[in-house]
Amino acid sequence: MKSTTGDRIMLAVIYSLLSLLAILAFYPFWNAAVISFNNGSDTVKGGVTFWPRQFSLENYRVVFEDSRLINGFVISILRTVIGTLASIAATAIFAYGMSKSELIGRKPYMVLCIITMYFSGGLIPTFLLIRELHLFNTFWVMVIPGLISVWNMIIFRTFFKSIPAGLEESARIDGCSNWGVLFRIVLPLSGPVLATLSLFTAVYHWNDWFTPSIYISDTGLMPIQTKLQQILNSNIMSEQLAQMDSAAQGRMSRMKAVTTKSLSMATMMVATLPILCVYPFLQKYFVKGVMVGSLKE
Amino acid sequence: MVVPALLFILVFSYIPMYGVLMAFQDYNLFKGFAGSSWVGLKHFEMFFNAPEFWTIMRNTVVISLLKLLIGFPAPIILALMLNEIKGRAFKRTVQTISYLPHFLSWVIVSGFVMSMLSTENGSVNMLLEKLNLIEDPVNFLSLPQYFWSILVTTGVWKEIGFSSIVYLAAIAGVDPHMHEAASMDGASRLRQMFSITLPSILPVIIVFLILAIGNLLSAGFEDILLLGSNPVLRDVGDVIDTYVYRIGIQNNRYSYATAAGLFKSLIGVFLLVGANYAARKSGNSLW
Repeated sequence: MKSTTGDRIMLAVIYSLLSLLAILAFYPFWNAAVISFNNGSDTVKGGVTFWPRQFSLENYRVVFEDSRLINGFVISILRTVIGTLASIAATAIFAYGMSKSELIGRKPYMVLCIITMYFSGGLIPTFLLIRELHLFNTFWVMVIPGLISVWNMIIFRTFFKSIPAGLEESARIDGCSNWGVLFRIVLPLSGPVLATLSLFTAVYHWNDWFTPSIYISDTGLMPIQTKLQQILNSNIMSEQLAQMDSAAQGRMSRMKAVTTKSLSMATMMVATLPILCVYPFLQKYFVKGVMVGSLKE
Repeated sequence: MVVPALLFILVFSYIPMYGVLMAFQDYNLFKGFAGSSWVGLKHFEMFFNAPEFWTIMRNTVVISLLKLLIGFPAPIILALMLNEIKGRAFKRTVQTISYLPHFLSWVIVSGFVMSMLSTENGSVNMLLEKLNLIEDPVNFLSLPQYFWSILVTTGVWKEIGFSSIVYLAAIAGVDPHMHEAASMDGASRLRQMFSITLPSILPVIIVFLILAIGNLLSAGFEDILLLGSNPVLRDVGDVIDTYVYRIGIQNNRYSYATAAGLFKSLIGVFLLVGANYAARKSGNSLW
């Protein structure tokens, strides 16, 4: 196929636009990382863009010495591990049951589930229910309400249905119970879908800050994202104060090697760290996962 | 195996749905649901007559529509452009970078926005000053006129790459023979993009458009809550969701907030059904 001038111009435009897009997509992230590695009082002077000017690990030292932030980090890890395991296990068991055509009332159950995807009671009734259940200020409020995901159940179910029935039958003949078939035959065969849904669930748990922000007031139970949100909020406040009395504020912040800005950038990097670590492994799965997810019911 | 999960759904999804009835009550925390008195549509009337009602409605509709108008076609355009790239390394790099923001929490993203737009060492202000477009740093996040653009840009930044995955897959499914035939007939690549690729993925686009319209009013809550926390922005940043949150959770006016939330759900259902009806006429409905 020979390419015409018009085609070449179009390709040139596309390459430039995509390069620009990649830079724009990456720059905020890069800049935040750079600021987190730069001396805080130096950052205030402006001009820190692509590379740290005064390299410093001071911001990270402050973050890692702050027991409240470390505690938030630990809570986030616990929540992500426990929440993901519990949710995937509960949803897979549910989906396995729903994948069996001999289940009595399967259709109405399905309708019941699908309705919840389009309608919900909304924020306030849910809030009051959580209160009634005494889940306020408990670790479990971050795990229990999201235990069953109808969306994931449908994806699991679609996958389970594609497993040849003969496999399950022969396991039953060898004396396997329902649970045995699920845990020893079906789940080991579901590697890709298990990996994808676990990753999505884990990312949700790691990133969710809103649930703990309304249901948890005990700072010892707050995950890192919620803590970070509070830091950023106070950061805005301090910036607005700085607007009002910039001279005084400037003098104050210039004295410190660590400013609220540099500190919040370092905290942001720490709160993103786990995702950055799993991202290279995650990528090959989620592209497939989105495909599975967009399969029609 | 399904009974515990079904019970779970009854408790955590259906009890709150039933709880919506408190919108028609003067719900009292101490008397509970059964003991509170019924007041009919009082809370709805109060909401419609509230001085802030029209501001909230305008913000909800405008923000949703802006996000739809710009946020919906953006990933389609990205997918079409990526599809033209033959160099695998370049394509993969662009994709890897563009997916990443989807996996960051809104807290982190709002942190990026604050940092980029900050008056002290914010890259946007520095760039504008270098280009001599402004003289002093502009505090973008406390000026109402910039809020909508910031929201839309941030939303596109976060989701453009990830949303493009589905369209890329749809494009991969287009029969390559059609492109061959077209190029034999002398169609340029731009022409092929508009006459073959785009029409071929139209069904996928329509399904996603219906979903987007169904979710129109819920389009974003975390972003507005995080970026619009400054009271100066309330005139442009208050939408039904943030209003429900503020009135309900922070001011404990449960019945009133539930009524406002229910009003939003009703419009949402109406939009979903309407969009699906329109799509069925074109032969691509969801159900």
